[in-house]
Amino acid sequence: MNVTHPFERLKPDRLPGESVGAGLRKTRSRRRRRTMESLLAFGLLLPSLVIFGVFVFYPLIRQIYLSFFLTPPFPGEPNHYVGFSQIQQVLSSHDFLNSLWVTLLFVLYTVPAGLILGLLLAVLAHQQLAGIRFFRTVFSSTVATSVAVASVIFFTLLNPEVGLFSYLFGTQGQLSVLDDPRWALLAVSVVTVWQNLGLSFIIMSAGLQAVPDELLEASRIDGARAWARMRHVILPMLSPTLFFAIVVGTILSLEAFGQIDILTAGGPLQHTNVLVYAIYDQVFNQDNDGRAAVMTVALFLITLVFTLFQIWLLERRVTYER
Amino acid sequence: MSAEVVTGVTMGTLAPGFRTFLWIALGVIVAGIALLVASRRGSPHYRRRVALAGRYLLLILLAVIVLFPIYITVVDSLLKPDQVVAKPPILFPFHPQWSSYSTAWTQGHLGLYLMNSFIVTTVIVVGELATSIAAAYAFAFLEFPFKRTLFVLFLATMMVPLEVTFLTNLSTVVSLGWYNTYLGLTVPFLATGFGAFLLRQAFLGLPRDLRDAAKLDNAGHWQFLRRVVLPVARPSLAALGIFAFFSAFGQYLWPLIVTKNDRLRTVQIGLKFLANSQLNNFNVIFAGTVIAAIPLFVLLILFEKQLVRGLTAGAVKG
Repeated sequence: MNVTHPFERLKPDRLPGESVGAGLRKTRSRRRRRTMESLLAFGLLLPSLVIFGVFVFYPLIRQIYLSFFLTPPFPGEPNHYVGFSQIQQVLSSHDFLNSLWVTLLFVLYTVPAGLILGLLLAVLAHQQLAGIRFFRTVFSSTVATSVAVASVIFFTLLNPEVGLFSYLFGTQGQLSVLDDPRWALLAVSVVTVWQNLGLSFIIMSAGLQAVPDELLEASRIDGARAWARMRHVILPMLSPTLFFAIVVGTILSLEAFGQIDILTAGGPLQHTNVLVYAIYDQVFNQDNDGRAAVMTVALFLITLVFTLFQIWLLERRVTYER
Repeated sequence: MSAEVVTGVTMGTLAPGFRTFLWIALGVIVAGIALLVASRRGSPHYRRRVALAGRYLLLILLAVIVLFPIYITVVDSLLKPDQVVAKPPILFPFHPQWSSYSTAWTQGHLGLYLMNSFIVTTVIVVGELATSIAAAYAFAFLEFPFKRTLFVLFLATMMVPLEVTFLTNLSTVVSLGWYNTYLGLTVPFLATGFGAFLLRQAFLGLPRDLRDAAKLDNAGHWQFLRRVVLPVARPSLAALGIFAFFSAFGQYLWPLIVTKNDRLRTVQIGLKFLANSQLNNFNVIFAGTVIAAIPLFVLLILFEKQLVRGLTAGAVKG
């Protein structure tokens, strides 16, 4: 193995007594080495950059570009440029505003509930008890259910014919909650909260583990009751974690698609037609790429705010460490 | 909230099943209050034991609630179709019927779907690790022009979710002739900004002395990477690998739109089609769900620590 000699690092560029010519030669070879290093670096970054260019940046720019073009009613006809008129029309359309509202409700139904439940489980599992490892695995278990698995489970359980839930809740012979405009979004949200509970629990547990035990012990000796300990010791120490969980949870909810596709397909009467599903619907059922493009740009801008937060958090963690 | 809104759950129309449910809930609440009251009197020793019992009661109750949908899925997969719809519901399979699993495996093509999922997931995990290692090495150990700009560009990819790009990506994949192929399923995910970021952090954590050793001629980089960097960064590599496996295996939107037939469908999409095709064979649907869920559950049990590391990267100190 090629390891630098310990003294080599201490060596100045030009040793006393060395001729100026030797120094020049050295500079040239150093420059060459630097060029090689840059070439190597670009070579290493190239595969990633190609993929990002083709599948991330190009489509983003094309989506923005497409939102200025009206999709022709018949395939084969040319798109035509309409400036901001399509954007204006979509943004003020009833369907878009409905999707925006449904998405907002969905975020409000899923994020706080997931956060609180995850925190509750994490606090309960954060103690020295025999068999606690078993409970920790159980509480993280839903992280292993993919969105399709979770959705198919509940899609079948909520089927009025299977009727387990309608039996338990005494709603036999009635509409499935998934077909009921009043309950569909709430039902989808419950499924989502359940599916993300494992992730929420894992994030909260990791946050709790970073709270120094001495702090918890000290507050226990002080005689602080559970609630006071929670409010004045645990929550403040946990605030970066909570913030991270809110950001990640919001992004996940904004991007929700699988559970809508399997459970309700946007129905009943558009009551679960979140933004991503509405985009999918425009592309595959209405064949209107122009309208879909406007909606994807809107989705991008909404997600952007939260991802910027997330990256800011990631960066901050870096400064903590270094 | 008016009684009419609470879809028929008025006191008069309570179904017997719901009454049972209410009794159980009431019983748990009473037991909880009793424990709470008991834990405030008596000797400290006695109090501690009561509090301990209360904690276990709460933990068990929550575990039952979290696991209930999974439990009922497994139970129903082992019942006959007419037992699944029986009222009151059957909560334990006294005569397990395993035939639902073979039906899901053969008629539902779940064997094929699972294999597709494994191929796609493996390619994505290996590719993502390779590109992330390469990029992270450059960012952590090499000096080159536009380093900071390029790093910001890598981070910026995290701001553009697939839900925004899928429309154009689909037409790109179609025009490349990759529609309904493994290439179309995998290539867009062979590099991620998150992976490069995570590994760069891990690489930068290497002791300074080791890092100085990287200032070598170019032939030495490979040795340095293989003998020093990768072994030291192994926990992070494992975390990224498991995390990538979970997200690739669970993918839904992209495999749905980029495949058109059974030959290439992944298990997540296959499951949706199973649920739509086996309309009244609920036991088969449940069996298919169990089959589709097993791989990630096994991985969770085997690699819980690594997964937690990957999931919480950035949340708290790893």
